[in-house]
Amino acid sequence: MSGAVTGTEKAWRVVLYVVAIGGFFFLVAPILAIVPLSFNDGQFLTYPLRGISLRWYEDFFFSGTWMSSIRNSLIIGVVAATIATFLGTLAAAGLWLADFPGKRFISAFLLAPMIVPMVIYAVGLYFYFAPFDLTATFTGLILAHAVLGTPFVVITVTATLSGFDRTLIRAGLSLGASPIRVARSVVFPLIAPGVIFGGLFAFSVSLEEVITVLFIGGPNQRTLPREMFSGIRENISPTIAAAATIMIVLAVLLLLSAEFLRRRSSRLQAKG
Amino acid sequence: MAETMLAGPRQTRSLKRDLARAERKRKRNAFLLVLPLIVFVLIFFVAPIAGMLERSVVDTDLMETWPKTAEAVRTYDWEKDAVPDEAVFSALAQDLIRSYDDRTAAAVARRLNYDISGGRSLVMGTARKIARLDQPPASWRDTLIETEPDWGRAETWAAVRRAAGPLTDFFLLQTIDHQRDIDGSIVPVPTERAVYLQIYARTFAIALTVTLLCLMIGFPIAFLLAGLRENLANLLMILVLLPFWTPLLVRTAAWVVVLQEHGLVNQMLQFLHLTNGPIRLVYNRSGVIISMTHVLLPFMILPLYAVMRTVPKDYMRAAHSLGAPPFTAFRRVYIPQVMPGIAAGSILVFIIALGYYITPALVGGAADQMISYYIAFYTTDTVNWGLAAALGTGLFAATLILYAIYSRLVGGVRGVM
Repeated sequence: MSGAVTGTEKAWRVVLYVVAIGGFFFLVAPILAIVPLSFNDGQFLTYPLRGISLRWYEDFFFSGTWMSSIRNSLIIGVVAATIATFLGTLAAAGLWLADFPGKRFISAFLLAPMIVPMVIYAVGLYFYFAPFDLTATFTGLILAHAVLGTPFVVITVTATLSGFDRTLIRAGLSLGASPIRVARSVVFPLIAPGVIFGGLFAFSVSLEEVITVLFIGGPNQRTLPREMFSGIRENISPTIAAAATIMIVLAVLLLLSAEFLRRRSSRLQAKG
Repeated sequence: MAETMLAGPRQTRSLKRDLARAERKRKRNAFLLVLPLIVFVLIFFVAPIAGMLERSVVDTDLMETWPKTAEAVRTYDWEKDAVPDEAVFSALAQDLIRSYDDRTAAAVARRLNYDISGGRSLVMGTARKIARLDQPPASWRDTLIETEPDWGRAETWAAVRRAAGPLTDFFLLQTIDHQRDIDGSIVPVPTERAVYLQIYARTFAIALTVTLLCLMIGFPIAFLLAGLRENLANLLMILVLLPFWTPLLVRTAAWVVVLQEHGLVNQMLQFLHLTNGPIRLVYNRSGVIISMTHVLLPFMILPLYAVMRTVPKDYMRAAHSLGAPPFTAFRRVYIPQVMPGIAAGSILVFIIALGYYITPALVGGAADQMISYYIAFYTTDTVNWGLAAALGTGLFAATLILYAIYSRLVGGVRGVM
């Protein structure tokens, strides 16, 4: 670098690093701070710990409400993510295959569930589902969460497809394969990591969503975040810290598999 | 295809036509793949939202329960007198008695109560009294005014007219602290009832503060990441992605724990002798700002980082070698290049912040609730659906405008991540 490093520049650089490192700390510290508290033997969520104990996990795993909330979260999350992945992948493929009129508008439209304030959507569903008896049902929540997951699938699959080499399709077709065969045997294996990534994303959206559950979920559809919501609101106990720790572990697992899939798909694309 | 090519120039026109047809078919097939999702989103997303927003202008409570009164009020010549004649009063009395008998009067009572204080007791009280009458009096007008003198007031009748439906601007006007007076002209509401603009202003202020904080913290982080080797950047990126993937409720719980009276932050502040006693950091504005900034920071870092990665280093080097002072080069060469990222990240964070509900509800106090809270409150607690919908319409419109700007900036599906 030809320009001399001046004192002010150095000072700015220091400020930059300090803020950035402080920012990283800010991002991670509170999440990490709650983990040890879940192993605290004491009643209160404060440091220093009063001995290590698994009693809050026992509390968590032997309580009917927390266990059924996990079950509800998984049922809703898995089914909603499957629907979202299916519809979102088809749509992303369609958007990628050809330029049709209104494509820009359609893609902006399909991302709207990510943007519209959740309370408006939840209140809307509250009125909309009532005449069909879909409030306080799994079907209702699954449909709502499927809608909320689709933009993330569309985004991730679109990103994967943008690195896809179109000549592979032509090669497949010219070798006599039917379009469906090409889609199944050539395109899908190559974009599969992106599709699964999108599915995981949709699943995690459902796993953390609580507003629609508050409005259209009944007592039988209380999900993990819904239990946490009441827990935080009423009486924040170490059991909440245990539940939070379990969800953090789940988030780390999701993040790692997403990261793995992302790398895999970019490696596949580099080869293609 | 091989055959057409061999057939020579005579066939060019039909070849062109075939090509055009094939192209059309390709586009149609591509569209058919998108169609299921479009339909799904229309049925389960657009329709519920449209139905909710519609309630901000549709006002049929009175019309459905008191059809005769609604009709009479609509046809009455209000130029003559602000308190109507016997025909209208007689329609009202019939509707009142019938709705009291089939227990639907409460809906109208509630609707009028939104508009005039004491509206509920006026309706229910009158209904209870006149339902006991053995036979219709000579003049309903005199009887009703005698029972409840409020029926003789122009304000009451103005409220009935406003509620007569089927459409109303009452709720929308209310959300901007305005109302129609007896003559129907739009005037500001008395100051003690003017609360909604303040709630909007508060919502915008919180969203703006959070956006600026996210930019101030997110910019250095993204800049640092963009300057690192890819491996190292990916590794550090995990520190951004971990909170991004951690459920909102967990992060909110974490902040409640960390910020509470005997929480880590207060312990640290006291340990460092920065404060003597614990300071209140949660269940107030600071708690809301801190946790919202934490939740939304990744939404700022990710688009910023995506843009910063693509900025070639050569330009800054060129600026340096041409003698630009570092700060000038940064401001005039670097910032303009990353401006799309700054704009996209800021708008994204601002949009999401505007509609926030959970975090303020859990870590905020009564004075820190944002517009979403009031939408939820009027929907489930006070059952004033028209007002909830009108507030929703304002929030929705703001979101939509910002989203239009945002998608123009980042161009549709791509570039969000």
